[in-house]
Amino acid sequence: MKTMTTQQRFIVSLIFSIPMLLQMILMPLHFQLSGGTLTEFILATIVMAVAGRPFVHSAWSSFKKHHANMDTLVAIGASTAYLYSIYAMLVGRPVFFEVAAIVVTFILLGQVFEERMRQNASGAVEKLLDLQAPDAEVIRNGQVVTVPLEEVQVGDLVQVKPGQKIPVDGTVTTGSSTVDESMVTGESMPVKKEVGDAVIGATTNQNGTIRLEVSQVGDQTMLAQIVDLVKKAQTSHAPIQNLADRVSNIFVPVVLVLAILTFLVWYVFLNATLSTALVFAVSVLVIACPCALGLAVPTALMVGTGLSAKNGILIKNGAVLESVSSVKTVIFDKTGTITVGQPVVTDVIGDQNTVLRVASQLEQLSEHPLAQAINDRAAELGLDATTPATDFQAIEGRGVTGKIDGQAVAVGNPKMAVDQEIAPELSREITRLQGETKTVVLVSQNQQVIGLIAIQDAPKPSSKAAMADLKQAGLKTVMLTGDNQRVAEAVAAEVGIDQVIADVLPNDKAAAVADFQGSGPVAFVGDGINDAPALTTAAVGIAMGSGTDVAIESGDIILMKNDLRDVATAIRLSNKIFNRIKLNLFWAFIYNLLGIPVAAGLFYAVGVSLSPEFAGLAMAFSSLSVVISSLLLNRIKVNRLA
Amino acid sequence: MDLSKMTVLVAGLALVAFILWWFFGKHQVSSGEAQATDGRQEIDILVDGGYTPEHVTLKQGVPATLNFKRTDPSGCLDHVVFSDFGINQALPQDKSVAVSVDTSKPGDYTWACGMDMFHGQLTIK
Repeated sequence: MKTMTTQQRFIVSLIFSIPMLLQMILMPLHFQLSGGTLTEFILATIVMAVAGRPFVHSAWSSFKKHHANMDTLVAIGASTAYLYSIYAMLVGRPVFFEVAAIVVTFILLGQVFEERMRQNASGAVEKLLDLQAPDAEVIRNGQVVTVPLEEVQVGDLVQVKPGQKIPVDGTVTTGSSTVDESMVTGESMPVKKEVGDAVIGATTNQNGTIRLEVSQVGDQTMLAQIVDLVKKAQTSHAPIQNLADRVSNIFVPVVLVLAILTFLVWYVFLNATLSTALVFAVSVLVIACPCALGLAVPTALMVGTGLSAKNGILIKNGAVLESVSSVKTVIFDKTGTITVGQPVVTDVIGDQNTVLRVASQLEQLSEHPLAQAINDRAAELGLDATTPATDFQAIEGRGVTGKIDGQAVAVGNPKMAVDQEIAPELSREITRLQGETKTVVLVSQNQQVIGLIAIQDAPKPSSKAAMADLKQAGLKTVMLTGDNQRVAEAVAAEVGIDQVIADVLPNDKAAAVADFQGSGPVAFVGDGINDAPALTTAAVGIAMGSGTDVAIESGDIILMKNDLRDVATAIRLSNKIFNRIKLNLFWAFIYNLLGIPVAAGLFYAVGVSLSPEFAGLAMAFSSLSVVISSLLLNRIKVNRLA
Repeated sequence: MDLSKMTVLVAGLALVAFILWWFFGKHQVSSGEAQATDGRQEIDILVDGGYTPEHVTLKQGVPATLNFKRTDPSGCLDHVVFSDFGINQALPQDKSVAVSVDTSKPGDYTWACGMDMFHGQLTIK
C-alpha cells in the first residue's frame, strides 16, 4: 500500500471517480448518485486517502525544507476542495467533492503517460551496452576457452567466428573478414578487415574467422566511451535552459501567492460566494505546470542526442546545439579531412607496368611518403617488384638511384632530369601535370626517362557532395591548409569551396580560426589528431572520428562515420533539436502565461472560464505534450537531411 | 466591506507574506560530510521533499559513493541527475541506490532531480 506505483494509484482513483465523473457529465439529465452528498464524500475520501495522500506527503516533506514543487500545488488544490466540501456538507451548502477526486485522477493519468514517455526518451543509450557479447573465446595455452567478458584482458588473443560479435576492441592478427559496424558508427556498409586493422567491440563479424589482440577492455572500449559521452550529453545543461531554471525556482510559491490573491479578489472585492472564490483559486493551483518548464529542455536533449548517436553523430552537450544555430561559416582542414590524407598515384605516363615496377623496385628501400603511394599502386596492379634494386643511393633534394639487372635506374623529381635524356612530349606532360598541382616523379633507365608518375593527395569521393550540401544550407565554406596557394586553389575548385587560406603553419591554424571568429561564430572541421587547438578554438569543433581518443576529446561534435557529408547532417540535425527545445520552452511558458489568468477568472466577464477539473486535465497534458514533442524528434529522417 | 471580509483579507495577505518569507527568505540548508573508511568515502542521502543533506562535502581523490534513498512518492524526484558526470540514475522508492562519483577534480558540482526542480550541491576538496 505504501509503495503503490503511479499506475496503481491512477487505477484506484479512476474507479472511485467514475461515478462522480458520470454525474458531472449527466448533470443535464438530472442524474443523481444514490445517497447524494454522503456517497460523494465517501468516494472522494477514498481517492484522497489512496491516490491523493502521496501528493500531500511529498508537499509536506518539501515544505519543511523550504521547497515547493508540482505536488505542492496538486496537494493544496485538491485538499482545499476536499476540506471545503466537508465543511459545506456539515453546514448544508453545495459541495464539490468531485473536484478533488477528478483533479487527482487526471493528474495521475498525465503522470502515468509521462513516466512511460520519459523512460522511452532515456532508455535508448543504456541499451547500447547490451549490444556487447556476454563472453569471448580467448586463446589460452593454445586452447580456445570461452570466458566471461569481464575476464578478458588487454593483450589476450581472441577468436571470432563468422556471425559472432566481436567482444572487445582489438587489432586483427590473423584472418580477414567483413564487419558490420553499424551499431557503433552508424555506417551501414560492412567494413573490410585485414591483419593489422582495428576492430571495435560489439560489432558483428560477418564472413571470416579472425583472431585479434585485445587493445581495450571494460570502460576503455570505444562503445563504453561512446555511451559515456552520450550520457553526459543527455544530462548536460543547455544555456537556453537558464531562464526556465530561474522561473521554476520561484514558480510554485508565486503560483501559491497568485491563488491566494485570486481568492481575495473574488471573495473580498467582487463579492463572489465563498465557494466560487475557492473554485477559482483551486483552478489556478492545478493549472499551473512547472513540470512542462522543467521537462522542455532535458527531454529534447535526451531524445535528440540519442538519435544523433544512433546515426554516428556524437553531439557532446546542449551548449553545442546553441552554438551551431549561430554558425554561418564552416572551416575545413584540408589534409585528411577534405582529402584522403595520403598521397596516391593519379596518373602514369609511359608504359604503366614497366614504369611502376621499376619505380617500386627502387622505392621499396625508401622511406619517403611518395614511395608509399608508388608501392601501393604497384601492389594493387599485382606487379612483381619483389627483387629490390641494388646499389641504392638517395640523392638529397632530387631522388634515388640504384641498379636493376645491371642497368642504372633512377626515380626523382624534375630536377633529376638535368643529367638525363627526356623526350619533349614527356617534358610537356610534366608541365601539364604540375598545372594540375600534382607532384610529378620521373622514372629513368640507363639515363633515359621512360615515364612519369603523378601523385596527389586526392579529395575524398564525398567531399564535393558535402560542400554542395553545406552551400545549400546557406553556409560559407573555407579551407585551411599548409599547402601553397596554387595547390590549395586547385583542390578548392575541384570540390567547390568558397574561400581558401593557404600557407598556414600547423601551429597557426587555431589563430586563423580565431581571426574568422572575430566576425561571427564558425565551425571547424578537422580529423582530430593535429587539429585539436583549432577544434577547441572554434565555436563548434567537428572532429572526423575514426574513433580516436583525441577526436573524442577535442571535438564538440564527432562524426563516427568519417563521412564529410555528415557535417551538413550534423548541422541540420543540431538545428532541428535546438528548434525543438525552443518550441518546447515557448509552449511551456505560453501555456502557463495563458492558463493561469484564464483559471483565475480574468476573462469571466467575457464568458471564458475554466473549472478545476479541466484545469487539472490541461495541466496533466501540458507536461505530457512537451515530452511527446521531444519524442517526435525521433521521426526525423536523418539520412534525408543532407 | 464587512468585518468578516476584512478579516479574510488581512489573513490572506498575511499568508502571502508568510509564503514569501518561507520560500524566499534565507534558511539554513542541511549539509553533511562523507565518512571515509578504508580509502573509500560514503554518505547516505535521504530523498524526501528534497535532499537531506542538501550540501555534501567529499574529499578529493578518494572514491566516493552517495547512497540515495527515496521515500518521497513524488514522480518529480524519481531520478537524480549529475550533469557534470553524465549520471542520470533512477531512484526506485524505498530502495537505497548507490551512485559513484568521480572525485578526481576539486570544485563545486550540483545535482538535481529529473525535472530540475530540486537541487543539491557537492563540494569536492
